Amino acid sequence: MKRLAIIAAVLAFAAATGAAMLDLAPAAIDLRTPAAAHLAQSGVSHPVTAVLLNYRAYDTLLEIAVLLLALLAILAVAGTPAAAPPQASDPVVQTLARLVAPLAVVVAVYLLWAGAFRPGGAFQAGAVLAAAAVLLHLAGLLRGWGFPPLRLRLGLAAGFAVFLTVAAVLAMRGALLEYPPDTAGMLILLIESGLTFSLGLILAGLFLCLAHEDETS
Amino acid sequence: MPEPAFDPLVWLILLPLAWATLAFVLGPGRGAWLAIPGLAAQVWLAIVLAAKVGAGGTAATHAAGGWGAPLGIDLAADGLSAAMLLLVQAVALLLALYARAYFKPGDAAGHYFWPLTGFLVAGLNALFLSADLFNLYVTLELVGLAAVALVASGGQAPQVAAALRYLFATLIGSGAYLLGVALIYGAYGTVSIATLMPLVDGDAPHLVWIAAGLMLVGLMLKTALFPFHYWLPPAHGGAPAPVSALLSALVVKASFYLILRLWLGPLQALLPAFAWLAAALGATAIFWGSWQAIRAVKLKRLIAYSTVAQLGYLFLIFPLLTVSQALQAGLMQVFAHGFAKAGMFVAAGVIIKASGHDTVAGLSGAVGRLPVTMFAFGLAGMTLMGLPPSAGFLAKWLLIDAALGQGYWFIAVVALAGGLLAAVYVFRVLRQAFLLAPEDYAVAAVPPALEWSAFALAAASVLLGFFALPLTELLNVG
Amino acid sequence: MTSGLLFALVGIALFGLGAAGVLLIGHLLRRILAFNLMGSGAFLVLVGLAQRNDVPDPVPQAMVLTGIVVAVAATALALALARRLQALTGRLDLPEDDDA
Repeated sequence: MKRLAIIAAVLAFAAATGAAMLDLAPAAIDLRTPAAAHLAQSGVSHPVTAVLLNYRAYDTLLEIAVLLLALLAILAVAGTPAAAPPQASDPVVQTLARLVAPLAVVVAVYLLWAGAFRPGGAFQAGAVLAAAAVLLHLAGLLRGWGFPPLRLRLGLAAGFAVFLTVAAVLAMRGALLEYPPDTAGMLILLIESGLTFSLGLILAGLFLCLAHEDETS
Repeated sequence: MPEPAFDPLVWLILLPLAWATLAFVLGPGRGAWLAIPGLAAQVWLAIVLAAKVGAGGTAATHAAGGWGAPLGIDLAADGLSAAMLLLVQAVALLLALYARAYFKPGDAAGHYFWPLTGFLVAGLNALFLSADLFNLYVTLELVGLAAVALVASGGQAPQVAAALRYLFATLIGSGAYLLGVALIYGAYGTVSIATLMPLVDGDAPHLVWIAAGLMLVGLMLKTALFPFHYWLPPAHGGAPAPVSALLSALVVKASFYLILRLWLGPLQALLPAFAWLAAALGATAIFWGSWQAIRAVKLKRLIAYSTVAQLGYLFLIFPLLTVSQALQAGLMQVFAHGFAKAGMFVAAGVIIKASGHDTVAGLSGAVGRLPVTMFAFGLAGMTLMGLPPSAGFLAKWLLIDAALGQGYWFIAVVALAGGLLAAVYVFRVLRQAFLLAPEDYAVAAVPPALEWSAFALAAASVLLGFFALPLTELLNVG
Repeated sequence: MTSGLLFALVGIALFGLGAAGVLLIGHLLRRILAFNLMGSGAFLVLVGLAQRNDVPDPVPQAMVLTGIVVAVAATALALALARRLQALTGRLDLPEDDDA
């Protein structure tokens, strides 16, 4: 009975929203114009990167905080993990992983650089790095992580720390995350590099910190 | 335009993020000596901001990135935000002092308390300062994930299950909120609250009505309004005492603040349609929560159900919002309940630590052994019942005044009945504590910091009744 | 109907499916998948409505990037909790809350 009620409610909601969406008038405010107009001062030439790292950079700051928090939360709830020995795996897979991992690093650096003028940027680059780490783990070449030692913790926090420092320095000179137009491009690249490095580690950590239990059982 | 002025708004967000990250790097169990000075500095910042807002007479704003809405994100602090920020920093500082003494070194639950609390406080501050609907979504997630992690950390199966239940509820809530934001962006092309306010009026497209409903349902789920309260008793009842205090006192108020912000802000033309529904659910919450508290076997479960009931009061104000007393009543209730509930959970934590029992029945003899703690519990109970001169009394007084002023006497009746029901469960605990202890009742020594922080919180909730005037004046700004 | 509007309508459908899944399914992994479906639905609505016109609007696209990261973070936490619950209780669904 409760199932039917929920399904009926969801169907009604979807139908009503769909119908409402069909007769939607054009929006009152169009942000494409100001986004394109200020693109020259923003330090990058791709509008989405400009929004992500300049116009709405504060959102990105909080979003990295959420990601770091998620890793912290995983460590907090995971009990006391121990790093597991890597499992042996098929030598063909291992060779392939050994070939792919350095290529992934190259692709990540390219994505980081390209983010300024075409789709790309820190998140995409960090994701590719993390994928390489996961691949190495699945091939048996990288251990699962136990509790991260100090150097790893520094690496995990470094990107966010760089972002916070830039934000703090800029806040003392003007508004929060208000880049001076002549150094905007450089600052964005600095922040994105730090983020790529840390995001790779954090995203890899989200997987590798949970990876230990399989091997021990 | 660069103004090299020191803006407390920005530092209230950056400072906790900084010490939380440092606490993470330092490792498990460390970080208390970072958190406590950090929180003290934040208390000072919140006072500076409140003074600035109160003196200026208008909201303090800050355009992040220098762009200004609608292209950039605006931060804004009006009287309501400044008051909520004061509450968060004050309660968090007292709870940090308590937690430092509460978590022994090596206690699994305390390993990650400091960085998690840092992110939680940063998220709360960011939430109260944000004036951008999508930014609010990110802050909601920051707060929600930190809260879930705090409930689960170091816990056993019941805590993990409670945390999962909480996580699903909070994720459905944010998911609904996000879809609402997406629909509003589709309708108007902006998510900035200030820009939206003149655009949304009585004949908004249907999509906006659906978006408003979605956002409201999502936020009610996060505030644990009846019937969406199912996740709260296990989560708040099962977590360690400092965590329960943080959650009940602060986290659930954040989503309530957001409902208020939307109600008084961009969606004000639409939401009166939902006002009576909210009030009805609030009244049900008061009765149902109080009933469950009266029946509860475990002490912390009782206090958690009391939270469900007290949150109901907050929703009674919605039909009355045309009168300024209603908003003042809501804010007073937030403050009163924040301090009182934190004090109650802290006191419960002391009792459980000292006696090893966590049931109401096991409280016999507590008065003799832990007098300061039981006095604190009694003071907190006074606020929840609404006895003068506590802030809880003032909150109820303002609510009843507003209700009777508009002829809605049944709201006044509900408020009074709620106070009586609160008296039943508070006296249930106190009566048990005054009974003679059984022969084998052993109480471990408790560090005085634990007992006195309970007392400080509970006393604050009572004394706030005397300081209500500046608080309500702050509310008139913005 | 432009392609953007079609994406948005599909997004609503996905959101509904995901929401029904989270509410009705008991198995934790499937509930987490349903939550991801919900999130993807909301993102599709954002992106679809951004493409209603000829030149796409960059702001919702950036919002979706942020949203994806936040959803990943939430999913990771949910999975960690589900893992831990399974390690402690051996089951992958939420036990009934004993109301004490």
